[in-house]
Amino acid sequence: MFAAENGLKGDPRLQAISDAIRVVPHFPKQGIMFQDITTLLLDHKAFKDTVDIFVDRYRDMDISVVAGVEARGFMFGPSIALAIGAKFVPLRKPKKLPGEVIAEAYELEYGSDCLEMHVGAVKQGERAIVIDDLVATGGTLSAAIRLLERVGAHVVECACVIGLREAKGQCRLNGKPLYILVEPREVDGCY
Amino acid sequence: MIQRPLIFSPLNPISPQVSTPTTPLVNAVFPKPNRGWIALSSSFQLPELRLQNYQLTLPPLVCSASDSVTNQPSMASQDEQDPRISKISSVIRVIPDFPKPGIMFQDITTLLLDTRAFRDTIDLFVERYRGKNISVVAGVEARGFIFGPPIALAIGAKFVPLRKPNKLPGEVISEEYSLEYGTDIMEMHVGAVQAGEHALIIDDLVATGGTLCAAIRLLERVGVHVVECACVIELLGLMGRERLGDTPLFVLVSST
Repeated sequence: MFAAENGLKGDPRLQAISDAIRVVPHFPKQGIMFQDITTLLLDHKAFKDTVDIFVDRYRDMDISVVAGVEARGFMFGPSIALAIGAKFVPLRKPKKLPGEVIAEAYELEYGSDCLEMHVGAVKQGERAIVIDDLVATGGTLSAAIRLLERVGAHVVECACVIGLREAKGQCRLNGKPLYILVEPREVDGCY
Repeated sequence: MIQRPLIFSPLNPISPQVSTPTTPLVNAVFPKPNRGWIALSSSFQLPELRLQNYQLTLPPLVCSASDSVTNQPSMASQDEQDPRISKISSVIRVIPDFPKPGIMFQDITTLLLDTRAFRDTIDLFVERYRGKNISVVAGVEARGFIFGPPIALAIGAKFVPLRKPNKLPGEVISEEYSLEYGTDIMEMHVGAVQAGEHALIIDDLVATGGTLCAAIRLLERVGVHVVECACVIELLGLMGRERLGDTPLFVLVSST
């Protein structure tokens, strides 16, 4: 669900967040309009508003785990975790986490990849959210949800700054709700 | 000699792989039974001494707040040490032989699971840098992305990710740096920072200083003044502090 349709209709912060995101055409390959959040991170007010919107939503939901997907999920997740009093759990590409891990494979356009989480980071019964900068097909988030559910955590919601609208019907991943702040920008908006 | 007490615990719910070192370590002590985490040092400088007595007397952990005038770590006495430091140190987990034999990996992910200690870590940096006209916090991929943004948000600065090659989508500048074997490249977006800005560089750990030096060079190439490098952990004995030259280094905990 989009923030604008879920309590934040007309909220000027959302427009500023959208405006702060840069579109880089044809990255990493022809035809992809890459949504670059690094420009959002340069806009202190818009970055703070992004975090605040998520914090306001999750603060009273009894969330004890914020899981962030490497690497851009690391840029948003810890600030949210600190503000709501949750722990931050990094979900990483293979062989980055040094301790014992559990792994979950997921499909890419060509081939597959793998997401890992430390054993013991999350306890059974904990309430978790998953954070990433953007959701496209939902493959990465689905793997993240499976990792958390395998250890008995309850994934309350997935949260992304950017998400595609044609995910309607797919605004739930594995049955989990998805909360998105803004839609991808068109190429006209790039600077 | 800088005193760096080592706390070893056999109780480690996260990593069953952690094993008891077979060689004696200076000042190794066993913590109270309900403390779960290890704060071992690396085995780079094995001491001659053997501990006679493994009682629970805990020497103070050293907060290596760098003295920016002399660029040397100050030897904080127990009285001067911020009480938050010892907790932070105690929740950092050491994983032996990762990523390869002989390396004692300092794992900060366990720090991130302790909400109070993670909060304190950020607070210690924010207290130091707030109000100092720092407009840029540059974080080194990937663990610098965990600590940098909360600091940037708290002090009113922008966050600039410094990334491995081919990750940043826009026009970049690149800096090559040495690894133990071979080289790597660090990139920053063109236009992310402006000449004359004052910056911090954040990473979880400094060892040889190679990565931080590359980061300093990237920022200085575009005319930014690097005020300080800040890390949670410094691995002593690897000349990291020295390699940074004139750029001061501030760390919360030290390890041999």
